[in-house]
Amino acid sequence: MSVTRTNPALTLGKYVALLAYLLFALFPLYWLVKIAITPDRLIFTEGTDLWPSTTTLDNFRTVIFQTDFMAFFGNSLYVSLGTAAVTTILAAGAGYAFSRFDFGGKKIIVAVMLITQMFPLLMIIAPIYKIVASLGMLNSLTSLIVVYTAFNIPFATFLMQSFFDAIPKDLEEAAMMDGCTRFQALRKVILPLTLPGLGATLGFVFTAAWSELLFALMLISDNESMTFPVGLLTFVSRFSVDWGQMMAAGSLALIPSCLFFIFIQRYLVQGLTSGAVKG
Amino acid sequence: MVEPFLYLSPAIVLIGTIILIPLIIGISYSFQSIEILNPFATGWVGFENYVDLWSDRRFWIALENTFWWTFWSVSFQFLLGLGLALLLNTQFFGKKLFQALVFLPWAVPTFLSALTWAWLFNPTIGPLPHWMAALGILDEPYNIMGDPDLALWGPIVANIWFGVPFFAITLLAALQSIPGELYEAAEIDGASPWQTFTKITLPFLAPMIAITVMLRTIWIANFADLIFVMTGGGPANSTQILSTYIFTTAFRRLDFGFASTIAVALLIILLVYAIFVLWLRKKLVKV
Repeated sequence: MSVTRTNPALTLGKYVALLAYLLFALFPLYWLVKIAITPDRLIFTEGTDLWPSTTTLDNFRTVIFQTDFMAFFGNSLYVSLGTAAVTTILAAGAGYAFSRFDFGGKKIIVAVMLITQMFPLLMIIAPIYKIVASLGMLNSLTSLIVVYTAFNIPFATFLMQSFFDAIPKDLEEAAMMDGCTRFQALRKVILPLTLPGLGATLGFVFTAAWSELLFALMLISDNESMTFPVGLLTFVSRFSVDWGQMMAAGSLALIPSCLFFIFIQRYLVQGLTSGAVKG
Repeated sequence: MVEPFLYLSPAIVLIGTIILIPLIIGISYSFQSIEILNPFATGWVGFENYVDLWSDRRFWIALENTFWWTFWSVSFQFLLGLGLALLLNTQFFGKKLFQALVFLPWAVPTFLSALTWAWLFNPTIGPLPHWMAALGILDEPYNIMGDPDLALWGPIVANIWFGVPFFAITLLAALQSIPGELYEAAEIDGASPWQTFTKITLPFLAPMIAITVMLRTIWIANFADLIFVMTGGGPANSTQILSTYIFTTAFRRLDFGFASTIAVALLIILLVYAIFVLWLRKKLVKV
């Protein structure tokens, strides 16, 4: 839409509002990084200044080389990548079934998946703990992958379904006429076309798994297998005065999410809309 | 037809075993005494947990806090998200970069959002108490999360920061689906921008607003991470909401029976809310 008559006061107001949103969104992250690069001796004198008089990378060095954070980072990476990969494969199958078939019980399955998105997942934290404990799987990263995969499948399925819906059915029908089985048609014709969708789903699930705290806190107590959120929280409650190091660790936790976010950013509107409309 | 189930079955099996079966077990826990720290007290107790819950002062405090937490979070997220969506629906220089940057909070892991905001509210290293004191909101720069009257606002502000992009994204998608001819017709008819907004934009957005607000309300009422990290429910339970109460009861006291009872209560409240909203929608659509 082109607005023909532009009011200068309105235009100014618009740019002020844009700037306000930008500051509100970025200021907390700026502060996180700012404290992380402030030298320890200046924290109490210049902690609330907008920029410290000198900066240092010492906090990052300490966190990376002298604490367990790199191990936590590795654990989280393993869990998040594992969850993202398994979820995306299973959700692609389920989303394909929803997109291409009509079958008895479809409505019930969709309804059940929607309901799992609504009820408090914390409800099952006690039973999950007891089941995992009785299997001897406490402190195992695999158990986290299995649990996170189940939590993320419904949303990922609806997301994948919307990507499959956008691809004409004629394509695989033509391939099947040429003698492909349906699975071959899916693998050779349809999946290559849904690569962006697969990428977006991977990104969403990775971000969700990377952020998860409460179930990880319940199921993991061993220092060796802590994920990043659990490790950071334990660190904060133990060394609550070491501001610079905590924020350096926090800044590091931002990196993978931001990378994935840049990658999935252009699918956000599409992805969340399909999730929200159907969810 | 067997074929669709070949593609579906792994997902169904996983959801069944990891979510649905534990859900049933969880409901059964609410009728048992299961304290990991007190294994001799295990057994079926009927409605005893529910009787305890009814007379538990902390439950009622948490219920009230859940209401205010959800109400203020959703209201501000919605209003700011709508504003952002309207801005993003216009043309301006550097829009792509702007959009990527304002949506960034949504990608920040929740535990990190919580820690970052907790630090911003800390007078030693954070600027917010000093700003609020300078503006006269506080008498002196202190940490509002130590003040039972104000503590809940700490997590609420963090939640608004984290949730505005979600509302903006969904509303922006809805805005983009409004046919442009409507605006052209309105302009020809000489409608003011305010008239265009209330007569075209809002009615078109209404269904999306209704469903997004309902889903977000349920989601935020369940959302425990921010409060758990920022205040742990304190001081003096002033920030305890039902979902953090479930988690602390299970995690710190290892009292699984009572934790499940609170969870069932929360589930029932949310169900009643959802049914009420759907009933309201049906009624409004008829008129």
